[in-house]
Amino acid sequence: MTKTATQGSRSADVCLIGGGLVGMAIALGLQRNGLRITVIDEGDVALRASRGNFGLIWVQGKGDTLPEYAEITRLSARLWPSLAASLKHSTGVDVQLQQRGGLYLCLTEQELDARARMLEKIRAAAGGDYPYEKLDLKQVREKIPEVGDTVAGATWCPEDGHVNPLLLLRAMMERFNAQGGVMDNAGCVETIEHHSGGFRLRARSGGIWDCARIVLCAGLGNRELAPQVGLSAPLSPNRGQVLVGERVRPFLNYPTGYVRQTGEGSVQIGDSKEDVGFDSGTTTEVMAKIAHRAVKLFPLLRDVKLVRAWGALRVMTPDGYPIYQTSTTCPGAYLVTCHSGVTLAAFHEGPLADWISSDRHDPSLEVFHAERFTL
Amino acid sequence: MSSRNTTDVCYDLAIIGAGPAGMAAAAEAGQLGLATVLIDEQEEAGGQIYRAIERAPLADEGILGSDYYKGRSLLKAMQASHTDYLPGTTVWDVEDDLTLNVSHHGRSRQVRARRLLIATGAQERPVPFTGWTLPGVMTCGAAQVLLKNSALVPSAPLVLAGSGPLMLLVASQLSYAGVPIKALLDTTPRENYFRAARYSPGALRNLKLLLKGVGLLRTLKRSGVPHITGVESLRAESGKDDHLDKVYYRRKGADHELDCRSLLVHQGVVPNVQLTRALELKHRWNEQQQCWNPHADVWGETSRAGIFVAGDSSGIAGAQAAEEAGRLSVLQIAKQLGQLEEDTRNKRAVPIRRRLGPHQAIRPFLDVLYQPARPFLIPEDDTIVCRCEEITAGELRSIADAGCQGPNQAKAFSRAGMGPCQGRLCGLTVSQVLAERNNQSIDAVGYYHIRPPIKPLTIGELADIAN
Amino acid sequence: MPNASHFKRLPMRVGEPVTVFVEGRAIEVESYDTAAAAVLIAGLVPSRTTPTSGSARAPYCLMGVCFECLLDIDGVANQQGCMVKVRDGMQIHRQVGARDIHESPQETA
Repeated sequence: MTKTATQGSRSADVCLIGGGLVGMAIALGLQRNGLRITVIDEGDVALRASRGNFGLIWVQGKGDTLPEYAEITRLSARLWPSLAASLKHSTGVDVQLQQRGGLYLCLTEQELDARARMLEKIRAAAGGDYPYEKLDLKQVREKIPEVGDTVAGATWCPEDGHVNPLLLLRAMMERFNAQGGVMDNAGCVETIEHHSGGFRLRARSGGIWDCARIVLCAGLGNRELAPQVGLSAPLSPNRGQVLVGERVRPFLNYPTGYVRQTGEGSVQIGDSKEDVGFDSGTTTEVMAKIAHRAVKLFPLLRDVKLVRAWGALRVMTPDGYPIYQTSTTCPGAYLVTCHSGVTLAAFHEGPLADWISSDRHDPSLEVFHAERFTL
Repeated sequence: MSSRNTTDVCYDLAIIGAGPAGMAAAAEAGQLGLATVLIDEQEEAGGQIYRAIERAPLADEGILGSDYYKGRSLLKAMQASHTDYLPGTTVWDVEDDLTLNVSHHGRSRQVRARRLLIATGAQERPVPFTGWTLPGVMTCGAAQVLLKNSALVPSAPLVLAGSGPLMLLVASQLSYAGVPIKALLDTTPRENYFRAARYSPGALRNLKLLLKGVGLLRTLKRSGVPHITGVESLRAESGKDDHLDKVYYRRKGADHELDCRSLLVHQGVVPNVQLTRALELKHRWNEQQQCWNPHADVWGETSRAGIFVAGDSSGIAGAQAAEEAGRLSVLQIAKQLGQLEEDTRNKRAVPIRRRLGPHQAIRPFLDVLYQPARPFLIPEDDTIVCRCEEITAGELRSIADAGCQGPNQAKAFSRAGMGPCQGRLCGLTVSQVLAERNNQSIDAVGYYHIRPPIKPLTIGELADIAN
Repeated sequence: MPNASHFKRLPMRVGEPVTVFVEGRAIEVESYDTAAAAVLIAGLVPSRTTPTSGSARAPYCLMGVCFECLLDIDGVANQQGCMVKVRDGMQIHRQVGARDIHESPQETA
C-alpha cells in the first residue's frame, strides 16, 4: 500500500528521489542487493518523462561520439530479456518485449548514406564488434512490405527492439512494493541536508526522511537537487511530440524509429526535438509534420484515426549522454540522469544498481561525470 | 447566413455547438453586430434537445410535446442573424490564440476568432452495471435521437431503467406514441426524496417546471406502464445471439427478471467536458450533481480570458437556462470587444437573469432528488468501466492497491481511457472508483488529462495540413 | 444473417426512402437516417466486435460520444455510424475487431 506524506520522519537505507523508469529500475537493483529502499515521488501530477517515452530499446546510432555510451547501451539491450522475464515471473505483467531488430527508415539517399557512415564510425570505435546493415528499399520491403515508394532504405540492427514503457513502470512498481519497498507519493523534495550520519530530505509538503544514502533520479528536478549535494546536473527539457493511432491488425513486425506498432496494435508515431522550455503540450504544426512523414513512410496509415497526441519533455544533458556520478563532498549521494530510461532500464537495474550498492569507485563510469561539460 | 471561405477572416466570436445555448448566442450576437461563426459537428442544428428541429419528421407533434417545438423559434432567430454557420464540422483542437482547427468532410482548416463560446452541451452519464455493453442496451437519449431524427422507436419487449426526468419524459413520449413499455425500473433511492425535500422552496420558484414533472408522472400512471420504484441494482444478460435477452433487477431484497430486447438506461446527464478539459480550464467537482463543472463567472467566462462556456456544458440546468446563459455570455463578449456599453449590457441582462432565475433555483432540488444511486457511480468489481478497452472496476481497484494514485497513472497502467471515445464514457467512473479506493476526495483525485485531437481525425487529414 | 427488425417507424410528415446494403442485404431506410439507425433497423447484431476481446457491441448513445457504433462504411473502417447520414447504395458492414490497414481504399492523390 502506498503512503502519502504525514508529519514526522521515516528512515531507509537508501532514499531515491523520483519514481519514474530510472528510479524504479535502480530501486529494484538495490533491493536485489538486500537494501531497504524508499522512493519519494510526486504522484499523478509529476512531469513524468516516463509516461512520454516512445518505448524503443534502441542500440543503433547511440554513442557515436562516446564509445562508452554505445557499450552500456548494448550491454543493457543484452540484459533486457532477463529483466522482462523476471518482471513477468514476479508480477505477472508482460511488458511486451520484442527484440527481433529494428530499422531506421530514411527518406533520402543522403540521409541513408550519412547514417551508414555514422554507424560505421561506431563500429570502428568498437573494434569491429557492432552489428548493423545498410538496406535498400527492396531489402526493407522484405522485412516490412508496407513501406512507401519514397523510402530510400534503412539501417538495420538486430539488437534493437521495443517494449511497453507504461507496463514496464507498472511492473517495476508492483515488484518494488511486493518486495517491501516503500513508495511515498509525498510530492516534491525541496531540500537535502548532509550530515555525518547521512542525509535528511524535506518535501515541500512537510514530509521528512532520513537515510544513509540517496540517489537523485528526479529527472529535470535533479537540476535543483544536485547542487545541494555538491553535484551538477545541467539538464534542459527537450520536447518530443507523439501521435497515437487507433488499434489496427498487426502489420509492423519491427520498430522503425519513427513508427512502431504496440503490443495492443495501436500505431505510435513520433517524433520531434524542440527546445520550448517546460511546455509539454502539442502543436498542430509539429503534429502535422510528424503525420506527413509517417504517411510517406507508410502510405497505408492515411485512413488510420489519430486517437491522441502527447508531448513529453526529455531530460537532456548538453551532449545527450547520461550523468552517473557520486558526490565527493557528500559521500553517499548519487546522481543518475538520462533520456533513454527504457533502453537503459536493464543496465540501471543491473550493473548501475550494483555500483551504487557496492559504494565503490568505478573508473569506467568517469566518462559520465558532469565535469565533462565544463571542459 | 452564409458559409464562405472562413480562413482569412478573424471573427469576433466563434461559437461551438448549435444547441439552445449556441443558437440563442448566435441570434444575440447577430443583434449586437458581432461577426460570428457557429460551428457544429451535426449536419442539422438543434443540439440534442432540439435534434432535427428544422425537419421534425414525426407526423404527430403530440409525441414530443410542445417543449420540443419551441426550438423552432430559436432556430429561426439563429438563421435570421448573419452568423456564418458551419454544420458537419468538428473542432479537434484549439490553439493558444484561440485559433480553431476544424475538420469538415475529411479536410482540416483553421478558424480564427477573438472570443470563443463553448456550448457543447451535455452527454449521458455512463451507467455501468453488469451487461451494460450488450447489444440492445442504449441510453434514453439515444431513443430520443432515433425518435426526433428518424421517427424510429424500439419495439417490445422494452424496458427503461434508471433515474431522472429525461427517463420519465422518454417513457411518456414512447407511451404516447403507442410503444408498449414492459416496465419502468426506477433506481432513484428512496432517501433522495427526503433529502430533496429540503430544497423544495427553491423548486417552488419554478412552479411551471414542477407542475410539468407532476403532469408527466400522472401521464405515466394513466398509461399503465408499471413504474417500479426503489430498484437497487440491475443486471443484463444475453441470449444465444449475443443480444440482450433479459434484465434482472433487485428490489426490497428480492430478485426479479424480465424478458427484454431493448433496455433504455439513464442516470442523468453530465457536462461534456472534453473541450473544456483539453483547454486546461479550471474545473471544480459539483458534489450535488456528481460531475465536473468548468469554473465560470456570472457571464460564463472561464479561467482563461476570452473563453466562455454556456449551457449544459458549463453545468446541467436544462434547455431554457442554456438559452439565457448563451445570451449573457454574448453580452459580456460584446462589451469586451467594445460593441456594447457597460450600462447597456447590464440593462439587457436584467430580463435574461430574471428568466434564468427559476431554472437555477430548482436545480438543487432536482440534483439531489435524482442523484444516481451509489452502485451506478462506483460499480462492482466485475463491471466494465472502460468500454473501449474493456477494463473492469476490479482491475482499477487492484491498480490502486498497487500504488496508483490518480486517473492518469491508471490510464497509463491499464489503458482505461485510451480507446476511441477518449475517456468520455469512463472518465467519471474511473475518478470515482479511485477516489473511493484510495479514500480521497474526487477533487484531489482529479480527472484524465485530455489532449487534442478532441475528436479523432485521420493521420492523412493531419498530414495534409503540412502540405 | 441479420435478425428480424427491432425498430419500428412511426408515421412521418414526409418520407424519402433510400436503399442501403447492410452485410449485403438491401434495407429500406429514410434519407436522414444515420448508418447507425440503418443497422438497428436491419437488426445487425452485433454491429461491431471489440479489438480487445471480440465482444459483441451495438450502438449505445447515438450522439457521437460512445464510439460503439463503429462500422465499415463503403469500405472505410471504423466510422461512427451515428455521425454518417445514409446515401442511396451505401454499403454497410459490421466492424470486426481492429481495422486492417491493407483494406483501406486508397485515396486518389
